[in-house]
Amino acid sequence: MQTKKIINDGNRAVDEMLEGILAAHPRHLRSADGSPRSIIARDGPRPGKVGLVIGGGSGHEPTFLGFVGKGLADAAAIGNVFASPPPDPILECAKAVSGGGGVLFMYGNYAGDVMNFDMAAEMAAMDDIEVRTVLTTDDVASAPRDQRQKRRGVAGNFFIFKAAGAACDRMLSLDEVERIARKANDHTFTMGVALSPCSLPQTRRPNFEIGADEMEIGMGIHGEPGIARGKLGSADAITDEMLDKIFAEMAPKRGDKVAVLVNSLGSTPLMELYIMNRRVKQRLDDIGVSIHATWVGNYCTSLEMAGASVTLFHLDAELQTMLDHPCDCAMFRAG
Amino acid sequence: MTIETADLKRMFDTIAEAIEADKDRLCQLDGVIGDADHGIAMALGFNAVRDALASLNLAVTEPTVLLNTAAKSFLNAVGASSGPLYATAFMRAGAAVKGKAALADADFIALFQAMAQGIKDRGKAEPGEKTMVDAWQPAAEAAAAASVAGKTLAQCLEAALAAAERGAEATKDMIAAKGRSSRLGERSLGHIDPGAASAVTAIGAMRKGLASDL
Repeated sequence: MQTKKIINDGNRAVDEMLEGILAAHPRHLRSADGSPRSIIARDGPRPGKVGLVIGGGSGHEPTFLGFVGKGLADAAAIGNVFASPPPDPILECAKAVSGGGGVLFMYGNYAGDVMNFDMAAEMAAMDDIEVRTVLTTDDVASAPRDQRQKRRGVAGNFFIFKAAGAACDRMLSLDEVERIARKANDHTFTMGVALSPCSLPQTRRPNFEIGADEMEIGMGIHGEPGIARGKLGSADAITDEMLDKIFAEMAPKRGDKVAVLVNSLGSTPLMELYIMNRRVKQRLDDIGVSIHATWVGNYCTSLEMAGASVTLFHLDAELQTMLDHPCDCAMFRAG
Repeated sequence: MTIETADLKRMFDTIAEAIEADKDRLCQLDGVIGDADHGIAMALGFNAVRDALASLNLAVTEPTVLLNTAAKSFLNAVGASSGPLYATAFMRAGAAVKGKAALADADFIALFQAMAQGIKDRGKAEPGEKTMVDAWQPAAEAAAAASVAGKTLAQCLEAALAAAERGAEATKDMIAAKGRSSRLGERSLGHIDPGAASAVTAIGAMRKGLASDL
Protein backbone atom coordinates (compact mmCIF):
# COMPACT_ATOMS: atom_id res chain seq x y z
CA MET A 1 0.00 0.00 0.00
CA GLN A 2 1.32 3.43 -0.88
CA THR A 3 1.69 6.13 1.74
CA LYS A 4 -0.32 9.33 1.46
CA LYS A 5 1.50 12.45 0.35
CA ILE A 6 0.51 15.85 -0.95
CA ILE A 7 2.61 15.83 -4.10
CA ASN A 8 2.12 16.17 -7.84
CA ASP A 9 4.86 13.93 -9.18
CA GLY A 10 7.43 12.18 -6.98
CA ASN A 11 10.16 12.88 -9.51
CA ARG A 12 9.38 16.61 -9.47
CA ALA A 13 9.00 16.94 -5.70
CA VAL A 14 12.38 18.56 -5.00
CA ASP A 15 12.16 21.13 -7.79
CA GLU A 16 8.56 22.02 -6.98
CA MET A 17 9.50 22.45 -3.32
CA LEU A 18 12.31 24.79 -4.34
CA GLU A 19 9.91 26.84 -6.43
CA GLY A 20 7.67 27.19 -3.41
CA ILE A 21 10.55 28.12 -1.13
CA LEU A 22 11.82 30.83 -3.48
CA ALA A 23 8.27 32.15 -3.75
CA ALA A 24 7.97 32.31 0.04
CA HIS A 25 11.39 33.79 0.82
CA PRO A 26 12.37 36.16 -2.00
CA ARG A 27 13.97 38.57 0.49
CA HIS A 28 16.39 35.88 1.73
CA LEU A 29 16.99 33.45 -1.10
CA ARG A 30 17.66 33.21 -4.80
CA SER A 31 18.86 30.39 -7.03
CA ALA A 32 22.15 30.74 -8.90
CA ASP A 33 21.84 31.69 -12.56
CA GLY A 34 21.38 28.52 -14.59
CA SER A 35 21.68 26.30 -11.50
CA PRO A 36 18.29 26.00 -9.79
CA ARG A 37 19.62 23.54 -7.20
CA SER A 38 22.13 26.13 -5.91
CA ILE A 39 20.35 28.30 -3.32
CA ILE A 40 22.19 31.52 -2.50
CA ALA A 41 21.71 34.06 0.29
CA ARG A 42 20.61 37.48 -0.99
CA ASP A 43 22.53 39.11 1.85
CA GLY A 44 25.68 37.51 3.16
CA PRO A 45 28.36 36.83 0.56
CA ARG A 46 30.70 39.80 0.34
CA PRO A 47 34.30 40.62 -0.56
CA GLY A 48 36.87 39.29 1.86
CA LYS A 49 34.41 37.11 3.77
CA VAL A 50 34.84 33.34 3.88
CA GLY A 51 31.91 31.84 2.01
CA LEU A 52 30.07 29.03 3.80
CA VAL A 53 28.52 26.41 1.52
CA ILE A 54 26.40 23.70 3.11
CA GLY A 55 24.31 21.05 1.45
CA GLY A 56 23.08 17.53 1.11
CA GLY A 57 20.04 15.56 0.17
CA SER A 58 16.51 16.89 0.33
CA GLY A 59 13.91 15.60 2.76
CA HIS A 60 15.50 17.15 5.88
CA GLU A 61 13.91 20.59 5.63
CA PRO A 62 14.54 23.15 7.05
CA THR A 63 18.04 21.61 6.84
CA PHE A 64 19.87 22.69 4.67
CA LEU A 65 18.40 25.59 2.75
CA GLY A 66 16.50 27.04 5.70
CA PHE A 67 19.85 27.97 7.24
CA VAL A 68 20.95 30.09 4.29
CA GLY A 69 21.05 33.79 5.12
CA LYS A 70 23.09 36.58 6.63
CA GLY A 71 25.15 35.38 9.58
CA LEU A 72 24.78 31.72 8.76
CA ALA A 73 25.36 29.82 5.48
CA ASP A 74 25.89 31.73 2.24
CA ALA A 75 24.59 28.94 0.03
CA ALA A 76 23.17 25.44 0.03
CA ALA A 77 23.52 22.83 -2.70
CA ILE A 78 20.38 20.75 -2.95
CA GLY A 79 20.32 17.06 -3.84
CA ASN A 80 17.53 14.65 -4.63
CA VAL A 81 15.66 13.18 -1.67
CA PHE A 82 18.25 11.64 0.69
CA ALA A 83 20.92 11.88 -2.01
CA SER A 84 23.95 14.13 -2.18
CA PRO A 85 23.86 16.87 -4.80
CA PRO A 86 26.22 16.27 -7.74
CA PRO A 87 29.37 18.43 -8.02
CA ASP A 88 27.96 21.04 -10.44
CA PRO A 89 25.43 22.75 -8.13
CA ILE A 90 28.01 22.63 -5.31
CA LEU A 91 30.57 24.32 -7.55
CA GLU A 92 28.04 26.98 -8.56
CA CYS A 93 27.41 27.70 -4.87
CA ALA A 94 31.15 28.05 -4.28
CA LYS A 95 31.50 30.47 -7.19
CA ALA A 96 28.50 32.53 -6.09
CA VAL A 97 29.72 33.01 -2.51
CA SER A 98 33.45 33.29 -3.10
CA GLY A 99 34.61 36.72 -1.90
CA GLY A 100 38.33 36.04 -2.16
CA GLY A 101 38.67 34.86 1.44
CA GLY A 102 38.17 31.19 0.62
CA VAL A 103 35.17 28.91 0.90
CA LEU A 104 34.28 26.38 3.57
CA PHE A 105 32.23 23.30 2.66
CA MET A 106 30.25 21.84 5.56
CA TYR A 107 27.95 18.84 5.38
CA GLY A 108 27.10 15.62 7.13
CA ASN A 109 29.55 12.76 6.91
CA TYR A 110 28.05 10.45 4.30
CA ALA A 111 30.01 8.61 1.60
CA GLY A 112 28.03 10.13 -1.27
CA ASP A 113 28.30 13.68 0.01
CA VAL A 114 32.04 13.30 0.54
CA MET A 115 32.61 12.12 -3.04
CA ASN A 116 30.48 14.84 -4.64
CA PHE A 117 31.74 17.72 -2.47
CA ASP A 118 35.35 16.57 -2.95
CA MET A 119 34.89 16.57 -6.73
CA ALA A 120 33.38 20.06 -6.50
CA ALA A 121 36.31 21.21 -4.35
CA GLU A 122 38.74 19.96 -6.99
CA MET A 123 36.79 21.83 -9.67
CA ALA A 124 36.71 25.01 -7.54
CA ALA A 125 40.49 24.79 -7.08
CA MET A 126 40.81 24.93 -10.87
CA ASP A 127 38.90 28.24 -10.67
CA ASP A 128 41.36 29.48 -8.04
CA ILE A 129 38.87 29.24 -5.18
CA GLU A 130 40.45 27.84 -2.01
CA VAL A 131 38.08 25.33 -0.46
CA ARG A 132 38.34 23.67 2.94
CA THR A 133 35.96 21.02 4.23
CA VAL A 134 34.60 20.28 7.70
CA LEU A 135 32.35 17.23 8.02
CA THR A 136 29.75 17.08 10.76
CA THR A 137 29.84 13.92 12.89
CA ASP A 138 27.51 14.62 15.80
CA ASP A 139 25.48 11.37 15.80
CA VAL A 140 26.71 9.60 18.91
CA ALA A 141 24.88 6.39 17.94
CA SER A 142 26.56 5.91 14.59
CA ALA A 143 30.05 4.74 15.61
CA PRO A 144 32.04 4.17 18.80
CA ARG A 145 33.68 7.12 20.51
CA ASP A 146 37.19 6.25 19.31
CA GLN A 147 35.87 6.39 15.72
CA ARG A 148 34.20 9.79 15.94
CA GLN A 149 35.39 10.66 12.41
CA LYS A 150 33.20 7.85 11.07
CA ARG A 151 30.01 9.15 12.62
CA ARG A 152 27.10 10.66 10.72
CA GLY A 153 26.09 14.29 10.76
CA VAL A 154 22.49 14.78 11.91
CA ALA A 155 20.47 17.45 13.72
CA GLY A 156 23.53 18.88 15.47
CA ASN A 157 24.39 20.41 12.10
CA PHE A 158 22.23 23.26 13.32
CA PHE A 159 24.71 24.32 16.01
CA ILE A 160 27.82 23.52 13.99
CA PHE A 161 26.69 25.49 10.95
CA LYS A 162 25.55 28.32 13.22
CA ALA A 163 28.96 28.64 14.84
CA ALA A 164 30.82 28.48 11.52
CA GLY A 165 28.44 30.94 9.87
CA ALA A 166 28.95 33.42 12.70
CA ALA A 167 32.71 33.08 12.37
CA CYS A 168 32.41 33.84 8.64
CA ASP A 169 30.12 36.82 9.27
CA ARG A 170 32.63 38.24 11.78
CA MET A 171 35.14 38.27 8.90
CA LEU A 172 37.49 35.76 10.50
CA SER A 173 40.11 34.12 8.30
CA LEU A 174 39.57 30.75 6.63
CA ASP A 175 41.97 29.18 9.16
CA GLU A 176 39.97 30.58 12.05
CA VAL A 177 36.60 29.67 10.56
CA GLU A 178 37.80 26.12 9.99
CA ARG A 179 39.14 25.86 13.54
CA ILE A 180 35.87 27.09 15.03
CA ALA A 181 33.82 24.78 12.78
CA ARG A 182 35.86 21.77 13.90
CA LYS A 183 35.60 22.79 17.52
CA ALA A 184 31.83 23.24 17.23
CA ASN A 185 31.56 19.76 15.74
CA ASP A 186 33.65 18.30 18.58
CA HIS A 187 31.33 19.98 21.08
CA THR A 188 28.06 18.74 19.55
CA PHE A 189 26.35 15.48 20.53
CA THR A 190 23.10 14.10 19.13
CA MET A 191 21.01 11.00 19.82
CA GLY A 192 17.83 10.13 17.97
CA VAL A 193 14.99 7.68 18.25
CA ALA A 194 12.54 6.67 15.53
CA LEU A 195 8.99 5.44 16.08
CA SER A 196 7.70 5.00 12.54
CA PRO A 197 9.20 5.07 9.06
CA CYS A 198 9.16 7.66 6.32
CA SER A 199 8.60 7.06 2.63
CA LEU A 200 10.29 8.56 -0.39
CA PRO A 201 8.05 10.59 -2.73
CA GLN A 202 9.13 8.37 -5.63
CA THR A 203 8.24 5.06 -3.96
CA ARG A 204 5.66 6.06 -1.35
CA ARG A 205 6.62 2.88 0.47
CA PRO A 206 7.64 2.86 4.16
CA ASN A 207 11.43 2.61 4.19
CA PHE A 208 11.62 0.24 7.12
CA GLU A 209 9.33 -1.92 9.20
CA ILE A 210 8.85 -1.47 12.90
CA GLY A 211 6.39 -3.01 15.33
CA ALA A 212 3.49 -0.98 16.71
CA ASP A 213 5.07 -1.04 20.19
CA GLU A 214 8.71 -0.61 19.15
CA MET A 215 11.25 2.16 18.73
CA GLU A 216 14.63 2.22 17.03
CA ILE A 217 17.35 3.83 19.11
CA GLY A 218 19.96 5.73 17.17
CA MET A 219 18.22 5.58 13.84
CA GLY A 220 19.75 7.77 11.13
CA ILE A 221 17.92 10.63 9.45
CA HIS A 222 17.45 8.57 6.29
CA GLY A 223 15.89 5.64 8.09
CA GLU A 224 19.19 3.80 8.40
CA PRO A 225 18.81 1.25 11.18
CA GLY A 226 20.18 2.39 14.53
CA ILE A 227 22.02 0.59 17.30
CA ALA A 228 19.15 -1.24 18.93
CA ARG A 229 15.46 -1.84 18.76
CA GLY A 230 13.45 -1.76 21.94
CA LYS A 231 9.97 -1.48 23.35
CA LEU A 232 8.66 2.07 23.13
CA GLY A 233 9.28 3.64 26.51
CA SER A 234 7.89 6.70 28.25
CA ALA A 235 9.12 10.17 27.22
CA ASP A 236 11.26 10.34 30.35
CA ALA A 237 12.75 6.90 29.79
CA ILE A 238 13.56 7.66 26.14
CA THR A 239 15.06 11.04 27.00
CA ASP A 240 17.10 9.47 29.80
CA GLU A 241 18.46 6.83 27.47
CA MET A 242 19.53 9.51 24.99
CA LEU A 243 21.05 11.77 27.63
CA ASP A 244 22.93 8.94 29.31
CA LYS A 245 24.69 8.26 26.03
CA ILE A 246 25.35 11.96 25.42
CA PHE A 247 26.59 12.65 28.96
CA ALA A 248 28.95 9.67 28.75
CA GLU A 249 30.69 11.36 25.84
CA MET A 250 30.34 15.01 26.69
CA ALA A 251 31.49 14.55 30.30
CA PRO A 252 29.69 17.65 31.58
CA LYS A 253 30.95 19.27 34.76
CA ARG A 254 28.95 21.23 37.32
CA GLY A 255 28.79 24.85 36.17
CA ASP A 256 29.11 23.99 32.46
CA LYS A 257 26.77 25.57 29.91
CA VAL A 258 24.96 23.97 27.02
CA ALA A 259 22.54 24.88 24.28
CA VAL A 260 19.75 22.38 23.70
CA LEU A 261 18.00 21.28 20.53
CA VAL A 262 14.99 18.98 20.77
CA ASN A 263 14.22 18.14 17.16
CA SER A 264 11.33 16.37 15.47
CA LEU A 265 12.17 13.91 12.71
CA GLY A 266 9.05 15.07 10.91
CA SER A 267 5.71 14.03 12.32
CA THR A 268 6.34 14.00 16.06
CA PRO A 269 4.43 17.04 17.37
CA LEU A 270 5.65 19.92 19.52
CA MET A 271 3.68 18.55 22.47
CA GLU A 272 5.90 15.49 22.63
CA LEU A 273 9.06 17.48 22.00
CA TYR A 274 8.29 19.79 24.91
CA ILE A 275 7.59 16.81 27.15
CA MET A 276 11.06 15.57 26.26
CA ASN A 277 12.54 19.01 26.81
CA ARG A 278 11.05 19.09 30.29
CA ARG A 279 13.07 15.99 31.10
CA VAL A 280 16.21 17.42 29.48
CA LYS A 281 15.93 20.43 31.81
CA GLN A 282 15.46 18.21 34.88
CA ARG A 283 18.47 16.10 34.04
CA LEU A 284 20.70 19.09 33.33
CA ASP A 285 19.54 20.75 36.57
CA ASP A 286 20.40 17.55 38.44
CA ILE A 287 24.03 17.69 37.32
CA GLY A 288 24.37 21.45 37.68
CA VAL A 289 24.65 22.26 33.98
CA SER A 290 22.95 25.47 32.92
CA ILE A 291 21.02 25.96 29.72
CA HIS A 292 22.10 28.99 27.70
CA ALA A 293 19.43 28.60 24.99
CA THR A 294 16.91 26.03 23.80
CA TRP A 295 15.36 25.31 20.43
CA VAL A 296 12.41 22.95 20.09
CA GLY A 297 10.83 22.04 16.76
CA ASN A 298 11.52 20.78 13.24
CA TYR A 299 15.15 21.58 12.47
CA CYS A 300 16.43 18.44 10.79
CA THR A 301 13.70 16.13 9.60
CA SER A 302 13.44 12.86 7.79
CA LEU A 303 10.34 13.49 5.67
CA GLU A 304 7.35 12.26 7.71
CA MET A 305 9.26 9.96 10.05
CA ALA A 306 8.00 9.93 13.64
CA GLY A 307 10.67 10.32 16.24
CA ALA A 308 12.92 12.90 17.77
CA SER A 309 16.49 13.71 18.55
CA VAL A 310 18.17 15.56 21.37
CA THR A 311 21.35 17.56 20.73
CA LEU A 312 23.53 19.21 23.33
CA PHE A 313 26.02 21.87 22.26
CA HIS A 314 28.69 22.06 24.97
CA LEU A 315 29.55 25.73 25.15
CA ASP A 316 32.66 27.63 25.98
CA ALA A 317 32.98 31.42 25.75
CA GLU A 318 33.95 31.38 22.09
CA LEU A 319 31.20 29.00 20.96
CA GLN A 320 28.65 30.96 22.99
CA THR A 321 29.67 34.15 21.20
CA MET A 322 29.20 32.40 17.86
CA LEU A 323 25.86 30.99 18.88
CA ASP A 324 24.62 34.41 20.03
CA HIS A 325 25.81 36.18 16.89
CA PRO A 326 22.74 37.43 14.97
CA CYS A 327 21.58 35.68 11.86
CA ASP A 328 18.66 36.15 9.52
CA CYS A 329 17.75 33.14 7.37
CA ALA A 330 14.67 32.09 5.51
CA MET A 331 13.62 29.63 8.18
CA PHE A 332 15.64 30.64 11.21
CA ARG A 333 16.49 33.89 12.96
CA ALA A 334 18.64 34.63 16.01
CA GLY A 335 19.99 37.67 17.85
CA MET B 1 34.48 -8.33 -33.81
CA THR B 2 34.51 -4.54 -33.59
CA ILE B 3 32.35 -2.49 -31.30
CA GLU B 4 31.34 0.90 -32.59
CA THR B 5 29.86 3.92 -30.89
CA ALA B 6 26.35 2.81 -31.88
CA ASP B 7 26.95 -0.54 -30.17
CA LEU B 8 27.95 1.23 -26.98
CA LYS B 9 24.82 3.33 -27.16
CA ARG B 10 22.71 0.21 -27.51
CA MET B 11 24.55 -1.25 -24.52
CA PHE B 12 23.66 1.78 -22.40
CA ASP B 13 20.03 1.65 -23.58
CA THR B 14 19.89 -1.98 -22.50
CA ILE B 15 21.32 -1.13 -19.08
CA ALA B 16 18.73 1.63 -18.64
CA GLU B 17 15.94 -0.79 -19.49
CA ALA B 18 17.25 -3.49 -17.15
CA ILE B 19 17.81 -1.13 -14.21
CA GLU B 20 14.38 0.44 -14.65
CA ALA B 21 12.82 -3.04 -14.52
CA ASP B 22 14.87 -3.84 -11.40
CA LYS B 23 14.27 -0.50 -9.64
CA ASP B 24 11.81 -1.67 -6.99
CA ARG B 25 13.87 -4.70 -5.99
CA LEU B 26 16.97 -2.49 -5.59
CA CYS B 27 15.04 0.00 -3.43
CA GLN B 28 13.79 -2.84 -1.25
CA LEU B 29 17.30 -4.26 -0.81
CA ASP B 30 18.52 -0.77 0.10
CA GLY B 31 15.63 -0.29 2.53
CA VAL B 32 16.94 -3.16 4.65
CA ILE B 33 20.44 -1.77 5.26
CA GLY B 34 20.35 1.73 3.76
CA ASP B 35 17.99 4.52 2.81
CA ALA B 36 15.82 2.75 0.22
CA ASP B 37 16.72 4.94 -2.75
CA HIS B 38 19.35 2.94 -4.64
CA GLY B 39 16.99 1.78 -7.38
CA ILE B 40 15.71 5.31 -7.85
CA ALA B 41 19.22 6.74 -8.14
CA MET B 42 20.39 4.06 -10.57
CA ALA B 43 17.29 4.36 -12.77
CA LEU B 44 17.54 8.15 -12.75
CA GLY B 45 21.19 7.94 -13.77
CA PHE B 46 20.87 5.45 -16.59
CA ASN B 47 17.72 7.09 -17.92
CA ALA B 48 19.64 10.39 -18.04
CA VAL B 49 22.47 8.62 -19.90
CA ARG B 50 20.00 7.16 -22.40
CA ASP B 51 18.50 10.62 -23.03
CA ALA B 52 21.90 12.31 -23.35
CA LEU B 53 23.21 9.68 -25.77
CA ALA B 54 20.07 9.99 -27.88
CA SER B 55 21.09 13.54 -28.78
CA LEU B 56 24.55 12.51 -30.06
CA ASN B 57 25.29 12.14 -33.76
CA LEU B 58 26.76 8.64 -33.47
CA ALA B 59 28.28 8.67 -36.96
CA VAL B 60 30.77 11.35 -35.92
CA THR B 61 31.14 10.48 -32.21
CA GLU B 62 34.10 8.51 -30.89
CA PRO B 63 33.56 5.97 -28.10
CA THR B 64 35.43 8.19 -25.63
CA VAL B 65 33.10 11.11 -26.27
CA LEU B 66 30.07 8.87 -25.79
CA LEU B 67 31.49 7.52 -22.53
CA ASN B 68 32.26 11.03 -21.25
CA THR B 69 28.73 12.11 -22.15
CA ALA B 70 27.44 9.14 -20.18
CA ALA B 71 29.61 10.09 -17.20
CA LYS B 72 28.48 13.69 -17.09
CA SER B 73 24.79 12.96 -17.54
CA PHE B 74 24.80 10.21 -14.92
CA LEU B 75 26.64 12.37 -12.39
CA ASN B 76 24.46 15.44 -12.78
CA ALA B 77 21.21 13.51 -12.63
CA VAL B 78 22.09 11.55 -9.53
CA GLY B 79 24.70 12.91 -7.15
CA ALA B 80 24.44 10.44 -4.23
CA SER B 81 27.11 7.74 -4.03
CA SER B 82 26.31 5.99 -7.25
CA GLY B 83 26.75 9.25 -9.24
CA PRO B 84 30.47 9.76 -8.63
CA LEU B 85 31.13 6.01 -8.70
CA TYR B 86 29.54 5.30 -12.08
CA ALA B 87 30.61 8.64 -13.55
CA THR B 88 34.20 7.79 -12.67
CA ALA B 89 33.74 4.32 -14.17
CA PHE B 90 32.58 5.80 -17.48
CA MET B 91 35.29 8.49 -17.55
CA ARG B 92 37.98 5.88 -16.94
CA ALA B 93 36.39 3.69 -19.61
CA GLY B 94 36.60 6.64 -21.99
CA ALA B 95 40.23 7.25 -21.12
CA ALA B 96 41.04 3.56 -21.67
CA VAL B 97 39.88 3.68 -25.29
CA LYS B 98 40.89 7.25 -26.12
CA GLY B 99 41.65 7.92 -29.76
CA LYS B 100 39.97 4.76 -31.04
CA ALA B 101 37.20 5.04 -33.59
CA ALA B 102 36.02 1.49 -32.90
CA LEU B 103 36.92 -1.09 -30.28
CA ALA B 104 38.40 -4.54 -30.69
CA ASP B 105 37.53 -7.23 -28.14
CA ALA B 106 40.69 -6.54 -26.17
CA ASP B 107 39.82 -2.82 -26.07
CA PHE B 108 36.46 -3.61 -24.55
CA ILE B 109 38.07 -5.81 -21.90
CA ALA B 110 40.40 -2.88 -21.08
CA LEU B 111 37.37 -0.57 -20.91
CA PHE B 112 35.60 -2.99 -18.58
CA GLN B 113 38.61 -3.27 -16.28
CA ALA B 114 38.98 0.51 -16.23
CA MET B 115 35.36 0.82 -15.08
CA ALA B 116 35.93 -1.53 -12.16
CA GLN B 117 39.18 0.22 -11.21
CA GLY B 118 37.50 3.63 -11.40
CA ILE B 119 34.74 2.56 -9.03
CA LYS B 120 37.29 1.13 -6.63
CA ASP B 121 39.47 4.25 -6.70
CA ARG B 122 36.62 6.74 -6.31
CA GLY B 123 34.97 4.86 -3.46
CA LYS B 124 38.29 3.94 -1.84
CA ALA B 125 36.77 0.51 -1.22
CA GLU B 126 38.48 -2.86 -1.13
CA PRO B 127 36.89 -6.25 -1.79
CA GLY B 128 35.18 -7.65 1.30
CA GLU B 129 33.73 -4.33 2.46
CA LYS B 130 30.22 -5.13 1.18
CA THR B 131 30.03 -2.67 -1.71
CA MET B 132 29.61 -2.77 -5.48
CA VAL B 133 33.36 -3.45 -5.66
CA ASP B 134 32.56 -6.98 -4.51
CA ALA B 135 30.76 -7.52 -7.80
CA TRP B 136 32.80 -5.29 -10.11
CA GLN B 137 36.30 -6.45 -9.17
CA PRO B 138 35.74 -10.20 -9.60
CA ALA B 139 33.80 -9.47 -12.78
CA ALA B 140 36.73 -7.50 -14.23
CA GLU B 141 39.19 -10.18 -13.17
CA ALA B 142 37.08 -12.95 -14.69
CA ALA B 143 36.68 -11.04 -17.95
CA ALA B 144 40.42 -10.43 -18.16
CA ALA B 145 41.25 -14.06 -17.38
CA ALA B 146 38.81 -15.31 -20.01
CA SER B 147 40.30 -12.90 -22.52
CA VAL B 148 43.83 -14.12 -21.82
CA ALA B 149 42.56 -17.68 -22.27
CA GLY B 150 41.47 -16.74 -25.79
CA LYS B 151 37.72 -16.70 -25.20
CA THR B 152 35.34 -14.61 -27.31
CA LEU B 153 34.07 -11.32 -25.93
CA ALA B 154 30.67 -12.92 -25.33
CA GLN B 155 32.32 -15.67 -23.28
CA CYS B 156 34.40 -13.10 -21.40
CA LEU B 157 31.27 -11.17 -20.44
CA GLU B 158 29.49 -14.41 -19.49
CA ALA B 159 32.38 -15.13 -17.15
CA ALA B 160 32.21 -11.58 -15.81
CA LEU B 161 28.50 -11.88 -15.12
CA ALA B 162 28.89 -15.21 -13.33
CA ALA B 163 31.68 -13.76 -11.19
CA ALA B 164 29.63 -10.66 -10.40
CA GLU B 165 26.69 -12.83 -9.34
CA ARG B 166 28.90 -14.87 -7.02
CA GLY B 167 30.48 -11.71 -5.69
CA ALA B 168 27.12 -10.05 -4.98
CA GLU B 169 25.83 -13.19 -3.28
CA ALA B 170 28.93 -13.27 -1.11
CA THR B 171 28.16 -9.79 0.24
CA LYS B 172 25.44 -11.45 2.36
CA ASP B 173 28.18 -12.85 4.57
CA MET B 174 30.06 -9.55 4.86
CA ILE B 175 29.86 -6.82 7.47
CA ALA B 176 29.64 -3.46 5.73
CA ALA B 177 32.79 -1.37 6.09
CA LYS B 178 32.02 1.41 3.61
CA GLY B 179 29.01 3.59 2.89
CA ARG B 180 25.76 4.15 4.70
CA SER B 181 25.36 0.59 5.95
CA SER B 182 28.80 0.59 7.57
CA ARG B 183 27.30 2.03 10.76
CA LEU B 184 25.17 -1.10 11.17
CA GLY B 185 28.03 -3.37 12.08
CA GLU B 186 26.86 -6.97 12.35
CA ARG B 187 23.29 -5.99 11.60
CA SER B 188 24.32 -5.71 7.95
CA LEU B 189 24.99 -9.49 7.89
CA GLY B 190 22.63 -11.67 5.91
CA HIS B 191 21.65 -8.97 3.44
CA ILE B 192 22.94 -8.55 -0.08
CA ASP B 193 24.56 -5.19 -0.83
CA PRO B 194 22.26 -3.19 -3.12
CA GLY B 195 25.21 -1.67 -5.01
CA ALA B 196 26.57 -5.13 -5.74
CA ALA B 197 23.08 -6.27 -6.79
CA SER B 198 22.70 -3.40 -9.27
CA ALA B 199 26.20 -4.08 -10.61
CA VAL B 200 25.05 -7.59 -11.53
CA THR B 201 22.05 -6.14 -13.33
CA ALA B 202 24.22 -3.63 -15.19
CA ILE B 203 26.86 -6.19 -16.17
CA GLY B 204 24.17 -8.60 -17.33
CA ALA B 205 22.67 -5.84 -19.47
CA MET B 206 26.09 -4.94 -20.90
CA ARG B 207 26.44 -8.57 -21.98
CA LYS B 208 22.95 -8.59 -23.47
CA GLY B 209 23.29 -5.19 -25.14
CA LEU B 210 26.43 -6.22 -27.01
CA ALA B 211 25.35 -9.80 -27.67
CA SER B 212 23.71 -9.35 -31.05
CA ASP B 213 27.05 -8.29 -32.47
CA LEU B 214 29.09 -11.03 -30.88
